[in-house]
Amino acid sequence: MSARKIVFTSGKGGVGKTTTTVNVGAALAQRGHRVILVDADIGLRNLDLVLGLEKRIVFDLVEVVEGRCQLRQALIKDKRFESLSILPAAQTRDKEAVNEEQMIKLMNDLAEIADYVLIDCPAGIEGGFRNAIAGASEAVVVTTPEVSAIRDADRVIGKLSERSLPMRLIVNRIRPAMVRTGDMLSVDDVCEILSAELLGIVPDDEEVIDTTNRGEPVVLGEASRLRSIYEKIARRLEGDLVPFTNLEQTGIFGRLFGALKAG
Amino acid sequence: MIEFINKLFGRQNSGATAKERLRLVLMSDHLSLAPEMIEAMKRDIVDVISRYVEIDNSKMDVHFEHQDKSLAMLANIPITGVARNNPPGGPGNGSKADDDAQAASAEARAESAPAPQAAAPKPQGSGNGPRRKRKKSGGAQAQGTPAPAT
Amino acid sequence: MHQPAVEPLQDSAGKTLGRAIVITSGKGGVGKTTTTANLGTALAKRGASVALVDADVGLRNLDIVMGLESRVKHHVLDVLEETATLDEALVRDKHSQTLYLLAAAQTREKDDVDTDKMIALIDSLRERFDYVLIDCPAGIEKGFQNAVAGAQEAIVVCTPEVSAVRDVDRVVGLLGNKFTPQLVINRLRPALVKKGKMLSVDDVNSILRLPLLGVIADEPDVIVSTNKGEPLALRNDSQTASAYHAIAARIAGEDVPAPVVEQKESFMDKLGNLFGGRGKR
Repeated sequence: MSARKIVFTSGKGGVGKTTTTVNVGAALAQRGHRVILVDADIGLRNLDLVLGLEKRIVFDLVEVVEGRCQLRQALIKDKRFESLSILPAAQTRDKEAVNEEQMIKLMNDLAEIADYVLIDCPAGIEGGFRNAIAGASEAVVVTTPEVSAIRDADRVIGKLSERSLPMRLIVNRIRPAMVRTGDMLSVDDVCEILSAELLGIVPDDEEVIDTTNRGEPVVLGEASRLRSIYEKIARRLEGDLVPFTNLEQTGIFGRLFGALKAG
Repeated sequence: MIEFINKLFGRQNSGATAKERLRLVLMSDHLSLAPEMIEAMKRDIVDVISRYVEIDNSKMDVHFEHQDKSLAMLANIPITGVARNNPPGGPGNGSKADDDAQAASAEARAESAPAPQAAAPKPQGSGNGPRRKRKKSGGAQAQGTPAPAT
Repeated sequence: MHQPAVEPLQDSAGKTLGRAIVITSGKGGVGKTTTTANLGTALAKRGASVALVDADVGLRNLDIVMGLESRVKHHVLDVLEETATLDEALVRDKHSQTLYLLAAAQTREKDDVDTDKMIALIDSLRERFDYVLIDCPAGIEKGFQNAVAGAQEAIVVCTPEVSAVRDVDRVVGLLGNKFTPQLVINRLRPALVKKGKMLSVDDVNSILRLPLLGVIADEPDVIVSTNKGEPLALRNDSQTASAYHAIAARIAGEDVPAPVVEQKESFMDKLGNLFGGRGKR
């Protein structure tokens, strides 16, 4: 009955962890699940900004852990969705303000009142990373088709497998035109190099910058190009076998999809 | 290595270059072994094998894979012909290999073959790489790969 | 606007010391490593001797961005722990005689770094190089502290995105009074700014209020150059390259008059005025 606790991580920063967490979470919420997004980036919180909820923060994760408020007081409900809440990170504290045991307990508490707990992991592989993955039962690794992002993802995948956390991969910011001219690694290449199972492919779209400026997840936009992509990722997380779309088919995806074990 | 491949196939797209570079660098990360040492190790393996059989350098591939909890080296070294002569001075007495190698293409798993670099590595004493063993040169046995062909 | 002429620092023996500059941002993926690689390349092209230090222990990348990954044998921690000498660990650049890389350890943790030893290492590099550029890891944890510890100057890299601006603001706060950070705005897309879908240079700096060192446009070339391991600053034919050269000149204390990006920027300034400061906070 308890929720799935999924950490979104990448090693390298700026590959789109927060954007991905928010949009996958929003898509899951639109599909009727109770979703809680946890910002584990203590000291550099941003999940609230991406959702446009920054003005409504009263309490934060550290205050919950320290028992200075109730869990429910710190959760901010996003009114644009039926069942989406966030637990913001503390901004003026550092990552040592919490430890792994506290995070495990907190995630378990959240799992009691949600179907999906999505944890937005900080960049790097330091204490903040260890805290973020401690309470998770599975992982989504977000990467971009760039050498440094892939190398960092490889490092993180190694750390996740040390803890036997099952993981799948989202390749973000793919530019089909550059893949076609051979100037960007293809999704096939990335999956092969990382020997990871694919969960989703998200093209590079300036829509993301615009929506982040306004604090609106892209899945809210009726005309959004990316909306269906995040929906599909959400469905794959639910366990559906969803084929990769034409937009994603910049390479030899039939083959790739055939290699997928689960949705 | 990349330069070598570029020369072979003419100019390469940067995506392909990126893939090559990542392969080597991740191998190096996983083994905690400097890329140069990996290249040197591959070169030594190839040296040894080519003492006994003729191999196709351009199609060869040596890489590493995680298998369960350990790391395995997988070598795919296409054999194009049988030994030229007797193994020159290899004290390992790999006589068996000669017969087995008949038209063999050693078990192949392949990705791009990172070709050996021109420069030999400095035989540094204090390197973090394993000391190179030059004595035994018997079989073409890469760990985890059954070398003899069908 | 530009770096005020810096008086050469001297050690106790009266020897001139180089400048140690940390390149930081808070948020990851904004282009710290690319900036470090290009500024190092550009400074070396001007004839300066430069050491690039990758402080991102565990997630090193400066070596691949510089295309030097296959030459790295030792790393910062080897030097700190005295299992290798500084000379053994410094990797010379392929293109420049005066540019060197000190790679980070990949299979170690940031907690393994002793801050005092790191400071001593940076100091010894300053004795040998005109510039020591330190590529800081993302975040504000131990890795950040270690990277900043040995530096006297800081360059903060920011993209025109709300979260990046917020993180830079936080980092500038953490840097405190010891530094007067200078700002590089990276990945600007003029077309998006024009449409009002991206913060302008003016927007960003109306929030951060830092001395502006330069602006780099978002170009697919950057991905290609990382794929190849050849920093754009090696070239002479690219706008991005000249933007890096202009920044390098400003770092060196030159009063660079209206370089290409600056023109772009003043154009954007006008646009910025149209939209007003719409930055958050």
